[in-house]
Amino acid sequence: MTKNGQPVPGTTIFDGDQARKGYALNKMCMSFNDAANRAEFLRDEDAYCARYGLSPAQREAIRHRNVLELIAAGGNIYYLAKFAGIFGLDVQDIGAQQTGVTKAEFQARLLAEGR
Amino acid sequence: MARIIGCVTTSHVPAIGSAIAKGLQEEPYWKEWFDGFTPVHRWLAEAKPDVAVVVYNDHGLNFFLDKLPTFAIGAAAEYQTADEGWNIPTVLPFRGDPELSWHVINSVVAADFDVTMCQEMVVDHAVCNPMQLLWPGGEPWPVRIVPVEINTVQFPLPSAARCFAFGQAIGRAIASYPSDQRVVVIGTGGLSHQLDGERAGFINKEFDHKFMASLIADPSWVTRFSTIELVEQTGSQGIELILWLTARAVLGAGTGGAGVREVAATYHVPISNTAAGMMLLEPTG
Repeated sequence: MTKNGQPVPGTTIFDGDQARKGYALNKMCMSFNDAANRAEFLRDEDAYCARYGLSPAQREAIRHRNVLELIAAGGNIYYLAKFAGIFGLDVQDIGAQQTGVTKAEFQARLLAEGR
Repeated sequence: MARIIGCVTTSHVPAIGSAIAKGLQEEPYWKEWFDGFTPVHRWLAEAKPDVAVVVYNDHGLNFFLDKLPTFAIGAAAEYQTADEGWNIPTVLPFRGDPELSWHVINSVVAADFDVTMCQEMVVDHAVCNPMQLLWPGGEPWPVRIVPVEINTVQFPLPSAARCFAFGQAIGRAIASYPSDQRVVVIGTGGLSHQLDGERAGFINKEFDHKFMASLIADPSWVTRFSTIELVEQTGSQGIELILWLTARAVLGAGTGGAGVREVAATYHVPISNTAAGMMLLEPTG
C-alpha cells in the first residue's frame, strides 16, 4: 500500500516495513509503561538502549529526543508517546516539535480550528 | 433475548482522564466538553443498561507488535487498568461478562469473523475514559463490560466496510443471546486528529460533521472510503472513527430508514490535539 511512496503528505503510514524497521525501538518504548523501567532509562540511558539493541539511527534519534527522527527510524507514535512521557511531554509538545513551532503556537493553531 | 438499548460514541483522549483525575471539569477549557454528557447521564439513569460492549483500540498496553490481532474480544471475569507511561491514576477494575463474551465470540466466528479470544486483558484509556465520561464517579462500575478491540496501530488495518460488517455481526450475536439483559454499545476514539509527522495537529471539521450525520441517516456512508483515504480525510489517528462505525453497526442498519434517533450529540475542537465528539443514538424500532 505504501510501496509506491507516501499517499498522505507529512504522514508516515506505519506498515509492515516500518514495523520491521522500528521493532527494537518500539519494544523499548513499550517497556516504559512500567515506572521502574522509566527510572532505569533515566539512570543509565546507554545501557538501557543497548539492552534493546537499537540501530545507530534509533540510538541517535533517542539521544536527540527528536520525534520526526524517531518516526523515520521506525517508531510508532503510540509507543513514542510513552518515551515522551518520561520527560513530562504531552502530545502537544510532540506536535509543536514536529511542526517546528512553539507549544503556544501549536495550541493557538488548534484553538483557531475550533472557531 | 438481550436487548440493545443504544449506542454511545465518544472520544477517549488521554488528557480527558488526566482532567478527571485533577477535577478540571468546570475549567473553561473543559466545561463545554464535560457538560455535553449531561443528557447521556440522564439517559443512562433511565435506560439502566446491565452490560456495555465497548469497541475500542489498544494503544500499547495489552497488545504489542509481537502479536497484534485485527479483532479481539475479551472474555475475562475482570479487566484491570494500568499505567500507560504517563502516571495518570488508574480506575477500579471493570467486571466482565464471560458468558456474553463467549456467546458473542461463538456467534461472530460462526459468521466468519475470526477474532482473537482473550481471557486476560488489561484495558487502556480508550476504555477507562469513556467509562468515566458516561458514569462519572461511578466506581464501582454499574455495568459489566465486554471489550471488543480493533487494531488501529499496525497497517494494514481492517477496512471501514469490514468493521461495519463486524459490528452488524456483533449486533446479531447480542440479539440472539438468551437473556433479558439490557446492552449499551460504546464506541470510542476519534474524531479527526493526527499526532505524528509534519501533519500533526490536522483537524477536519467538515468531514467529522458529515460522518456524524451519516451515522444517523446513512450509516454505511463511510465504508466507501479506503483506509488511506480516511487517514487523508481525518488524520492518522482520526482513523479511530472505524470504532464509532463498528459500534453504530451493532444497532443494525434498520429497514425502511436508518432505524435510529439521536438522543444527544456534542462536538468540540480542540481537546488536546483532537476534534472531540460524542453521540448517543437509540434504536427507533
